[in-house]
Amino acid sequence: MSTNIVFAGVGGQGVLTASSIVGKAALLSGMNVVMSEVHGMAQRGGIVVTEMKIGDAKSPLVGKGEADIIVGFEPVEAYRVLWKAHPGAYVVVNTEPIIPITASLGNAEYPDVSKLIENMENLKVYPLEATELARKAGDSITTNIVILGALSKLPVFPLKRETLKEAIKESINPKYHELNFRAFELGFEAINP
Amino acid sequence: MKYQNILANEPGKKEFLLGNEAIVRGALEAGLDFATTYPGTPSSEIGNVLFYIAKQAGVYFEFSTNEKVAMEASAAAAASGLRAMVFFKHVGLNVAADAFMSTAYVGTNGGLVIISADDPSMHSSQNEQDNRHYAMLSGMPMIEPSNAQEMKDYIKEAFEISEKLKLPVLFRTTTRVNHVRGIVEYGTLQNKRGKGYFHKNPSKYVPVPENSRRMHRELLEKIEKAREMSNKSPLNKVEWNYGEIGIITSGVAYNYVYDVAKQLGLKVNILKLAFTHPFPDKLVKDFISKHKKIIIAEELEPYLERETRVVAQMHNIDVEIYGKLNGYFPRAYEYNPDVIKDAFEKILNIKIERNAYEPKPMELPDRPPVLCSGCPHRATYYAAMMALKQLKIKDAIITSDIGCYTLGIQKPYEMADYLLCMGSSIGTAVGFSKATNQKVIGFVGDSTFFHAAIPGLIDAYHNKANLVYVILDNRTTAMTGHQPHPGLPMDGMGNPAPYVDIEKLVKGIGIDWVRTVDPYNVKETIQAFKDAIQHEGISVIISKRECALLWDARRRKQGEWWVYQINQDKCTQCGLCSDWLACVAIYKKKDETGKERVYINDALCDGCGVCATICPFNAIEKKVIK
Ligand SMILES: Cc1ncc(C[n+]2csc(CCOP(=O)(O)OP(=O)(O)O)c2C)c(N)n1
Ligand code: SF4
Repeated sequence: MSTNIVFAGVGGQGVLTASSIVGKAALLSGMNVVMSEVHGMAQRGGIVVTEMKIGDAKSPLVGKGEADIIVGFEPVEAYRVLWKAHPGAYVVVNTEPIIPITASLGNAEYPDVSKLIENMENLKVYPLEATELARKAGDSITTNIVILGALSKLPVFPLKRETLKEAIKESINPKYHELNFRAFELGFEAINP
Repeated sequence: MKYQNILANEPGKKEFLLGNEAIVRGALEAGLDFATTYPGTPSSEIGNVLFYIAKQAGVYFEFSTNEKVAMEASAAAAASGLRAMVFFKHVGLNVAADAFMSTAYVGTNGGLVIISADDPSMHSSQNEQDNRHYAMLSGMPMIEPSNAQEMKDYIKEAFEISEKLKLPVLFRTTTRVNHVRGIVEYGTLQNKRGKGYFHKNPSKYVPVPENSRRMHRELLEKIEKAREMSNKSPLNKVEWNYGEIGIITSGVAYNYVYDVAKQLGLKVNILKLAFTHPFPDKLVKDFISKHKKIIIAEELEPYLERETRVVAQMHNIDVEIYGKLNGYFPRAYEYNPDVIKDAFEKILNIKIERNAYEPKPMELPDRPPVLCSGCPHRATYYAAMMALKQLKIKDAIITSDIGCYTLGIQKPYEMADYLLCMGSSIGTAVGFSKATNQKVIGFVGDSTFFHAAIPGLIDAYHNKANLVYVILDNRTTAMTGHQPHPGLPMDGMGNPAPYVDIEKLVKGIGIDWVRTVDPYNVKETIQAFKDAIQHEGISVIISKRECALLWDARRRKQGEWWVYQINQDKCTQCGLCSDWLACVAIYKKKDETGKERVYINDALCDGCGVCATICPFNAIEKKVIK
């Protein structure tokens, strides 16, 4: 058995860093973990999805209905991967949209965020003003760490909060530890599952 | 991950490594002396790691000009007795193929491992060719790892096999092993050989026909020796679960088979193959003889399946085989747990509950990859587009090439009409210029120019082609993660290096019409395009401006940051910046009164200011942040 997590967001939001931190924390906890990421296009602004299984599993991709947790760094990107979840799965979702070029050019419309969240029925949804909280912590660049703070509070999240902080410490330049821990705490306090 | 950790001399240590990082670790444990590459996803991080640690590790490493050169350099190092590794993406092997094929004939002394990183589903490639065919084509032994730990362990094995057989080994990986992170346990680092010595022996190393005829026979003998090894190799394992059904699988597909069988509580016996060429015929014969039903799960081409069917036919084994050839598995795109479930449903005649959430249908906007804010390519394309508009040319043929700039295909620029492969922008431009009377403009990146476009440019000059060729010199190989190239004053180990001046090189060919422009200077660039397009014969524009990501990183480090904002009082909503420059940071939104207005997202703006220079109403203003 494994806990399956899908992280989805937009290039530049630190999706890879955040999910690697979770993987590292799993290693520190002595648990098995596999994670797949897609690299390739250097550009900012494209979709970034990573998939992770913590526990007894080998496959680096999460199948349809297998995800226990969806971590959305951006509302539309969270919605796009919901089909990977099972009914009743947890969703942590940043409510601040990043408008894609298709919408800003007027070729598509960005949906109302409250409508997106309202439509996530039959899931345990925790909306989070992650980008705003990151600004409050000191820099919007810590949005990903705010989200990790919230993630660590979910009852199905298999790792300890302290281990996650340990992994943040190991992965981030000491100069920014304080800033990131502030962000982590703000995320942790922001949801009450 | 700090790359230094890969060098840790701590056997037993566990790290959470990317498959590509694990390869580097494994190679170091094998005593790697020499490594070459040309970057290409999904292999690029192998080079990125070596770039940081090669010097410290005492390994010679270079970003070669292209894959063929990389292949040749590593072959020579291995012929001198060193352990050498050359790696590239799957299509890179096409570029290296001429040298690659001959390497199988001349063989090797030191271990020579060639890593092909295939890309099922084409996450960042123009095709999804299955390079296992290259093992059959060349006769080289082949290893297919399934996870990060195997990446590390089997690369060591590959060096051993190579030295035992005196043959190069093809190490075939795919995106979901290259770009998978997993827990990897370290082994012991092995000493390096340092400098090699080449023992001259032309009859062994020079494949003139007389020698080649002998070499081919020797190769065929080596293949049979290798087959004995694959039949006995611990890399090919049976997981026996006392089931009635046997599954043969390799590479990443094994993981999906394993998880799905476990989830469903299926009792199946799994033959997990990793030393897959020469095909372990005896092992497979043994395995299939014990089953009535065999399922073959492998991504892309039915390589294992064909070979298994040959074994069954040759030995008259009565077994039902389910694979791609009879339609149970797809031949296109990467696998995942659902592909395996779908196939099991059909083959085993079962229904698998998915318990999947069904999201309410919603219209979601696409988010295609786009040029970054501040990308110099956007400014160049904008200038080219405006020049063509001003000259009222509607049917210019735009030959494109591979790199970030291929995104010029998107609206509103539509600057890509034809593309084949790296470097094709110039050869195809020559072809179109000769075959039609249309204007032809080719675009190539700086790294791609060095890689494969120079012979084409010589061809264009020599054959008097009438075309405009644009070299987008953003001072890096951006798309694959910003590796250096021969136009930069730094080599693959971070040492200072002499660089090739593109303008001098182009002039050296004999081309007179060459102009270097700064694309952020939009006016000058539009003029250059107009002049070039009106010039009869060949004209070359070098559009030179550093990749915005590099520029941004430098400024952030220096603590300088500014963005641009739209002064709504001055803005007339003409849409030039939003609709024609179409920067990702510029968007439209309805204001309180319901009127659509143009804004700049300050989180995305990188301060290049190109929009400000083109705004006819001076409505875009700089705002200094720090
Ligand atoms: C034969 C081959 N090798 C490597 C690649 C991978 N690749 C794609 S684009 C690119 C180079 C991009 O650099 P450049 O031409 O400078 O353009 P930029 O991305 O910087 O705009 C590379 C190496 C490929 N597609 N084909
Ligand atoms: S990575 Fe550099 S070259 Fe590529 S799209 Fe971004 S700014 Fe342009």
